[in-house]
Amino acid sequence: MQKEKYKKLVDKNTPKENVGINALKAFLIGGVMGIIGQVLIDLYTNLFDISTKDAAPFMIITLILIASILTAFGVFDKIVSWANCGLIVPITGFAHAMTSAAMEYRKEGLILGIGANIFKLTGSVILYGVVSAYVFGLIRFLFFGG
Amino acid sequence: MTFKFKNVYLNDVATVTGPYEKNGPLGKYFDKSYDDMYFGENTFEKGETKLLQESIDIVLSKLKKETTDLFISGDLLNQDVSSNLAALKLNVPYLGIYNACATSMEGLIIASSLIDSKKINNAICSVSSHNCTAERQFRYPVEYGGSKPKVTTFTATGGASAYISNEESKIKIESGTIGKVTDLGITDVFNMGAVMAPAAADTIKEHLIDTKRKIDYYDLIVTGDLGIYGKQILMDYMKEEFNIELNKYNDCGVMLYDLEKQDVYAGGSGPVCCPLVSYSVIINRMLKGELNRVLLLSTGALHSPTLVNQKMSIPAICHAISLEVVK
Repeated sequence: MQKEKYKKLVDKNTPKENVGINALKAFLIGGVMGIIGQVLIDLYTNLFDISTKDAAPFMIITLILIASILTAFGVFDKIVSWANCGLIVPITGFAHAMTSAAMEYRKEGLILGIGANIFKLTGSVILYGVVSAYVFGLIRFLFFGG
Repeated sequence: MTFKFKNVYLNDVATVTGPYEKNGPLGKYFDKSYDDMYFGENTFEKGETKLLQESIDIVLSKLKKETTDLFISGDLLNQDVSSNLAALKLNVPYLGIYNACATSMEGLIIASSLIDSKKINNAICSVSSHNCTAERQFRYPVEYGGSKPKVTTFTATGGASAYISNEESKIKIESGTIGKVTDLGITDVFNMGAVMAPAAADTIKEHLIDTKRKIDYYDLIVTGDLGIYGKQILMDYMKEEFNIELNKYNDCGVMLYDLEKQDVYAGGSGPVCCPLVSYSVIINRMLKGELNRVLLLSTGALHSPTLVNQKMSIPAICHAISLEVVK
């Protein structure tokens, strides 16, 4: 059978993913994550009497901690595979990817295991995050005066 | 290429599985099952080795044998590590083989040929796979919960061994067909059923031509791990390409789990998927006289994450073994 013909046969027997429902779910869950983040910022600004700017890192650290602990207990992967991008796109997805990689390679030692593999899934995010921050920072500096 | 074997028998089999397989519809047929994915060991790799070793121990103890002439085994891990460690413990001449999920029937064909040509008297053919070791090697860390499409298959966890020899038993290994590598350009690493279906179709057709048989000759034809969608692709493919209706046909990946209740997407996969089903419920039905002639097809996606990242498509292979009840 020709490759083109076979591709049609495969497509016919491949179930459609529910893109609309998945997107709506991700939108709602992502939105809830945003609300939780805002509540945490408000909590920290009132509790510690700090500015919103100073409270933001505390909020991020809190979410990372929760996602990492839930990953360690083997719960978060089930939640993520249900919520998909609603939890993967926010910082929780980043924490989940790092913690799961660290757990996976722990048995191979601290250096060759965790050290070498913790960024296995998230390395791209960091690399291109830094590169794009540099590029956009440069654009902002050159055209908008910093 | 099909070999007919005159004097090769399947004396006994053993299956050891993990919790998902135990909770599936075939749970009661397995010799031993565990609830813990570590199987009492401290790494998943050691756990997989343990499953393999136990399946060997069980098949030997069922037949009250101490050892075997030759041990042939394969698994999914780099360097066939689980098989190597099992071979170290068994301490007999050993062939480590790899054809991904087609390894089980590959082993049976090699061993049957050696027995039939009187080079050896008996052999143990084993395979193993473990969901967590395979996930790590081919996909993501175990605890990572990224989304997967519905066509994804779920690597089965278990060890399976068959003891075959020239001593007569109730089930005969009648013939074996060595498949050819096919590649119809599928690059989707999740859709292994689509990758492997053409290989299965090709091997079925070659087997029927070589043996001059019609498809109805067999009471049951089973493929290894195409999954629910791959199964349909194979049926459509056989119909369109060769005008053959697969009526008495099923897929081990579909039979191993309850696809409605268990979270295994399109069904089971892995080298152990085909023997876990064949060496449990299918052999059982043959011994009961419900099935007389069965064609087992283990399907393997020769998938390499490196080559897929280099934008190459995934080749596949399928080997067949024909089992017959001795009258």
